[in-house]
Amino acid sequence: MMRASHKQRGFVAAMIHRLSGIALAVFLPIHFLALASALNGAAALDSFLAVTRQPLVAFLEVAIVVALALHMTLGLRVLAIEFFDFREKTLVPLSVCLAAVFAVGIIFILNLG
Amino acid sequence: MTGAAAGVMLEVEVWRGGETGHFQPFVLARRAHQTVLDVVTEIQREHDATLSYRFACRVGMCGSCAMVVNGRPRWTCRTRVSEVIGDGHRLRLEPLRNFAIVKDLAVEMTQFFDKWRQAQGYFEPGPQPQADFAVVRPATPQRRAADAGIECIGCGVCYSACDVVAWDEDYLGPAALNRAWTLVNDVRDRAGEARLAAVSASSGCQACHTHMSCTQFCPKAIEPTYAIAGLKRAVLRRVLRSGS
Amino acid sequence: MSALLFLAQRATAVVLALAVAVHLGTILYAVRDGLTAADILARTHGNLWFLMFYGLFVVAVAIHAPIGLRNVMREWTRWRGPMLDIALALLALLLLGLGARAVFAVFTA
Repeated sequence: MMRASHKQRGFVAAMIHRLSGIALAVFLPIHFLALASALNGAAALDSFLAVTRQPLVAFLEVAIVVALALHMTLGLRVLAIEFFDFREKTLVPLSVCLAAVFAVGIIFILNLG
Repeated sequence: MTGAAAGVMLEVEVWRGGETGHFQPFVLARRAHQTVLDVVTEIQREHDATLSYRFACRVGMCGSCAMVVNGRPRWTCRTRVSEVIGDGHRLRLEPLRNFAIVKDLAVEMTQFFDKWRQAQGYFEPGPQPQADFAVVRPATPQRRAADAGIECIGCGVCYSACDVVAWDEDYLGPAALNRAWTLVNDVRDRAGEARLAAVSASSGCQACHTHMSCTQFCPKAIEPTYAIAGLKRAVLRRVLRSGS
Repeated sequence: MSALLFLAQRATAVVLALAVAVHLGTILYAVRDGLTAADILARTHGNLWFLMFYGLFVVAVAIHAPIGLRNVMREWTRWRGPMLDIALALLALLLLGLGARAVFAVFTA
């Protein structure tokens, strides 16, 4: 049986925060390399951007944008608890975090067209 | 929760052994208002006298009876069977997690209390007796912060629930840090910077990742997460002041 | 994590919270109607505000990410001690180097 401490919201939030952080750390060097292709001219950057229009890559792009939004909002929650003595008594703070992430995800997908 | 109907049985799996061992099954009658401690005691007295477990006061004051019941650390004397399983019939009893197992349901508490000492979770009166009585105003933020945490009886439930304790054996843990925080806020205490240094070593308060399992499961409704957050702020203020 | 590493991580977290908010907002706006290299470079080329903003972003990330990963490695793997610290310091330098190169690339292209 899953231990009770792993079902409660603080742990779930911390795991999402940690896993999204790892994903971002893995993604960043790739992102930097992609942008640096502009050193070879705009055409080089364009051909890199073309890759991102492939369905799988576009999906991963959405995933990384969502990961970024998740990591930031959940990180803000931790900062609030640690430095503003914020007492989390209800599910509202987490719900607000997830709602913000959802909004970012939706807007990104819509804008990608 | 209803008291069980006559003839309803309880299937209980109890950890036997040390770090390695097995779950031993028992079947006993479900009784109305039964606590988990009642179950363990009945098993030891009526079924298998070789079962080892701890209890003392049996009324929720000493914290000796803490163990993991169906995956959750609790005081067995204050936990009704009905609270754990409702109308179900299976219980699983394990020793507290993150402690070395002495035997069966009894764990070794030494490391837990050693960490209290490492965190300087003890009152420091200073080199000389004070000239006059200390004035401790109850309504100050400091005293309120201390009062919020002083009821800890060292039962180990929070330590058992803590993931960082499981992942980093040097982590001081929520109870030791909570106690340190009550002393940081005690106007009579003379430890000062030494205690902040003690709680901010490599596996100190900053290792807490705010999972909040300690706060979730503390049977005395103490909130170690916020005590540790207070220590983090105090430690950072010290780092910014002195640069170390 | 020592108190100094903790301070560095939380301080860069605050910087990144602001930087990411701006970055996300910019990205969400910029990807409308498709994104081409020309679009990106038109904004970034010769833009000193861009250079300073993303330069700071890169420095903050190069500090923040390795410290976070250090916690993960120490808690979820058996790897700890000076070798881990050295590896993560190298990662920090890698992120700093690649990031600076990327910012420079779109600033000068």
